[in-house]
Amino acid sequence: MSYEEVIFYFVAAVTVLGALGVVLTRNVVHSALFLILALLAVAGVFILLSAEFLAIVQILIYGGAVTILILFVMMLTRVRDMPQALDGPQRPFAALAAGAFLVLSVLAALSSDWPGETREITVVPFREMGEALFRDWAVPFEVASLVLLVALIGAIVLARGEEGE
Amino acid sequence: MIPIENFLVLSSILFSIGIYGVLARRNAVLIIMSVELMLQAVSINFIAFAVYLYPEQFTGLIFAIFVITIAAAEVGLALGIILRIFRNKGTSNVDEVDMLKW
Repeated sequence: MSYEEVIFYFVAAVTVLGALGVVLTRNVVHSALFLILALLAVAGVFILLSAEFLAIVQILIYGGAVTILILFVMMLTRVRDMPQALDGPQRPFAALAAGAFLVLSVLAALSSDWPGETREITVVPFREMGEALFRDWAVPFEVASLVLLVALIGAIVLARGEEGE
Repeated sequence: MIPIENFLVLSSILFSIGIYGVLARRNAVLIIMSVELMLQAVSINFIAFAVYLYPEQFTGLIFAIFVITIAAAEVGLALGIILRIFRNKGTSNVDEVDMLKW
């Protein structure tokens, strides 16, 4: 077993443990902390896939912004005060659906005949990626910035509250 | 080197855990967190396909960037809506938010 495989299995185990913690723990704040763990481990997976830029973006946006936002909303909506409302009666059905999807998807991934190289990573130069993003993908890029602006204004309007409240 | 199947199986596991979370949890904030897990699984798949199968096109890497961008916008808006519902109804439990049902 090469050292890369050892690192992969370690990072994968941390990712799965963190994700299981998110959906199974009874304490919602622990759930959010497990989410941070899982997201940082996914950043490690990105580095193993030689996508360092995405790993940094992942840590900044998810580890920094999204989880903090989630923790703030947990505080404001007092999720901790209603622990009995955490899980619904549909848990067996949920486990069944997730298990069925897992079996199907793993079988599909293992039995497919992928075109091209499936053993070696070809590192995409960071410079080429940036040029493609700002030339070939310039219009989607601008649309994405518009989406972010609309979401920003929308979130402010929604969360601000009415006049005289 | 690590074969591509390892990454695909990891992302399948992550996506399944996300499905379980979305279906089993009742609180809207916890459902959002499970949706984030599913988005992560999709990003892993995109990047794996980009760097293994089509490294000369690397569309998957660009898509992963857009997934992260849209996910950030989505979380901001969704949490604003949850906050609004909590102020109006006093709960963020999705079973009790049934104003559109009669």
